[in-house]
Amino acid sequence: MIEFYLNQKKVQYDGEPTRRLLDVLREDFGLTEVKEGCGEGECGACAVLIDGKTRQSCITAIGSLEGLSVMTLEGYKHSEQYKVLDQSFAEAGAVQCGFCTPGMIMAAQSLLAENPEPSDAEIRDGISGNLCRCTGYNMIVDAIRMASQKGKGLW
Amino acid sequence: MVNISQSITKKDHIEKMTGETQYIADYVIPGMNHAKIVRAWRPHARIKSVRFPEMETGYFVIDYRDVPKNGVKIIRSEQPVFAENEVRFIGEAVAMIVGADVIKVNAYVEQVKIEYEDLPAALSLDASDDAMVSYHYAHGAVTDAFQKAARVIEKTYYTGHQEQAYIEPQGAIGLYQDGKITVIASMQCPYYVKDAVTFAMDVPAESVQIIQSTTGGAFGGKEDYPSLIGCMVAAAAKKTGKPVRLIFERGEDMTVTTKRHPAQIVYSAALDEHDGILGIKADIKLDGGAYEGLSGVVLQRSMIAAAGVYRFPCIEVSGQVMMTHTVPNGAFRGFGAPQSFFAIERFMTHLATHLGIQDPVDFKKRYFVKQGDSTATGGSFRYPVILPEMLETAESLSRYTEKHERYRMQTGRYRKGIGMSFFLHGCGFTGSAEKDYIKSVIKLVKYPDDTIELLTSTTDMGQGVKTTFAKIVAEVMALPIDQIKIVNPDTDRVPNSGPTVASRSLMIVGKLLERAAKRLKSEYVAGKYQEVEERYVHPEMVPWDITSFSGDAYPTYSWGINVIEVEVDTLLAETKLIGVWGIFDVGRAIDETIMRGQIEGGMLQGIGYASSEKMEIIGGAVRQSGLSDYIIPTAKDTVPFVTRTLDNPYDGGPFGAKGAGELTIIGSAPAYAEAVEQAAGVPVAIIPMTPERLLAAMKQQKRGER
Repeated sequence: MIEFYLNQKKVQYDGEPTRRLLDVLREDFGLTEVKEGCGEGECGACAVLIDGKTRQSCITAIGSLEGLSVMTLEGYKHSEQYKVLDQSFAEAGAVQCGFCTPGMIMAAQSLLAENPEPSDAEIRDGISGNLCRCTGYNMIVDAIRMASQKGKGLW
Repeated sequence: MVNISQSITKKDHIEKMTGETQYIADYVIPGMNHAKIVRAWRPHARIKSVRFPEMETGYFVIDYRDVPKNGVKIIRSEQPVFAENEVRFIGEAVAMIVGADVIKVNAYVEQVKIEYEDLPAALSLDASDDAMVSYHYAHGAVTDAFQKAARVIEKTYYTGHQEQAYIEPQGAIGLYQDGKITVIASMQCPYYVKDAVTFAMDVPAESVQIIQSTTGGAFGGKEDYPSLIGCMVAAAAKKTGKPVRLIFERGEDMTVTTKRHPAQIVYSAALDEHDGILGIKADIKLDGGAYEGLSGVVLQRSMIAAAGVYRFPCIEVSGQVMMTHTVPNGAFRGFGAPQSFFAIERFMTHLATHLGIQDPVDFKKRYFVKQGDSTATGGSFRYPVILPEMLETAESLSRYTEKHERYRMQTGRYRKGIGMSFFLHGCGFTGSAEKDYIKSVIKLVKYPDDTIELLTSTTDMGQGVKTTFAKIVAEVMALPIDQIKIVNPDTDRVPNSGPTVASRSLMIVGKLLERAAKRLKSEYVAGKYQEVEERYVHPEMVPWDITSFSGDAYPTYSWGINVIEVEVDTLLAETKLIGVWGIFDVGRAIDETIMRGQIEGGMLQGIGYASSEKMEIIGGAVRQSGLSDYIIPTAKDTVPFVTRTLDNPYDGGPFGAKGAGELTIIGSAPAYAEAVEQAAGVPVAIIPMTPERLLAAMKQQKRGER
């Protein structure tokens, strides 16, 4: 039995400890905003926050989560910080097909939590583990910079 | 709305942002079974036997026996849904195992034994002598030009495979109920899938329903391929009576789905004694892979693009699609044009270099087409060509001329280079296809609550048509955007307005929406249910004739100029991007932010094509099977772009809009190659120009100097 926090609620998992966190989140908890893009930790579509840091859930075994806190977009989207990111992503046109977006938001949150006023180079670093094939990234960089300015004091 | 180009929040922003959007892998349907494909591991072989394992009740084999007409209808139907007697590429589907437990399904797939008798295989363009498609055209007295030439210069250019690398892998779900087949899939073209399933399953069209699940990127990769997997899940659902889900893993997606055609393009120029071009010849060979699919149409676009943005006194172009025993190639943003533009732009620069002209732009602009000029195929550039204004804008933003001059004299380890490319893209289908085959129909429905629903078969795959279509109708009818509804197409509800391809959606389908909105506005009765239908009307054009390859290939063209500046570390052969400028004429942007998204995404995809996206086929197998070895650009590999769209409204498009989606990928590769060539001081005639290739070229040049 593994106990961990999922979107701020204590949950229990009683199954194969080697299953991918990605599959547990999608199949057992119905959190389909966590996407599978590559299955090898390369694209970031499955990114979640584990104790506040971006982690790829496709290469994380559920058994390693005892006592830790997992946050997905489902839990994060009610926060004040999310609202700022939402506005900024809309304004900057940072969402095209949307498949990388949930992971990108998780990466943005993790970046801003650590560094509320990142330089452009730091933003690029912060999302370098998240692949996007539609936007060419610059509009996402704009969105995160915009969020950092609009959301002063939130992070 | 003050101005149609002014951006609004995208119609689907909230659902995508919150993660509520359902992509194909997110569907949960009660009783759903999983499917996994049994693939052949020989590039070319006769299948002697296939032995399936003993399986539990409830697990099924689906193979050619379950597909009444075993062919994927794309243009012809030469590719089988499941191979029967022969396999023609590594990864070709032989069968599919279907059942409730995905782990068991995967295990059964591993246990299938296929016995082969190997057959001779052609594994590359060089090795193939089998032309699946051939075309030829000539405009003007080419033979004469080459006979009287003072000299003839010939160069050969090579481009590699490119993987679309949409982040959402391919996937489809098949359902069968009361004699009706339904396929839900990540796709671009619902009616293509409908045609393919209707044909393969040999059922009446009205018993096939296709629904687009929100598409997580496509770039052409979901134009033709979903027809194949749509047939597979349809056959499986019909046989098992259960919903069947087929979702590709990344490695599978990368190794077996269609890609951009590798090309070998030979150009020659006949020059007079004053170094003027008398005529041009181009010979284009595309690697089609194992099946023809869309390759013939891709070749047509390549050949039409062979003249670039130039008017030559005469031109002759021949082209062939060669069959190889490798993964079939198909649609990818640009559709044959990126290969040709890489080659013609490089060739014009190499001609200039050969003639001792310092700045290739000086040479190229002498040959720019102008309004009223005839096209290479004897059609006409009917509408204003604003290349000179675009060049001025490109120059003032990038300071190209001054930099190009400065970078000619460099020493030291780190050297800079700058390149400029000129390109166009024919908007809409090639030739008369819109009139003869597609015959688009759209519908507007006004409900009693006065909301208006747009019914088209156009799919939003991220490019934003839900928003731009809605803007067109809202603007014409002077209604708030929230009153306009548009959802993913379902062929039971939407008429066939054609596939979402060929930079046609906004210009062709958007125009029909504009016309329909005008009519609905004039007939508007508040509180009443109303329907308006509009059908495609062909513009006045020189009729296209495919046998003579002549006439107007496109109603109009979109145009672009790209400038790329790089720095090359001449010791390690690493190339760093320094600056990127993109100037475009797309008629009028229906939404500035959406247009910028197309520019930024397309140009970076083109830079990847030119630099890092190497895909090799070794022994017939695709070697790069993941996103960790097929290298698409990350946020750290790019820099801020400077982009502009200049207004040049086209009366055949809504609010003056022309096609825009594909154009943006075309100019990066030639501009990038030119910049690398200047910085590294070695000719670049092949892409992707990886550090390994550049290092080899620089070493070879050093050896040559000694």
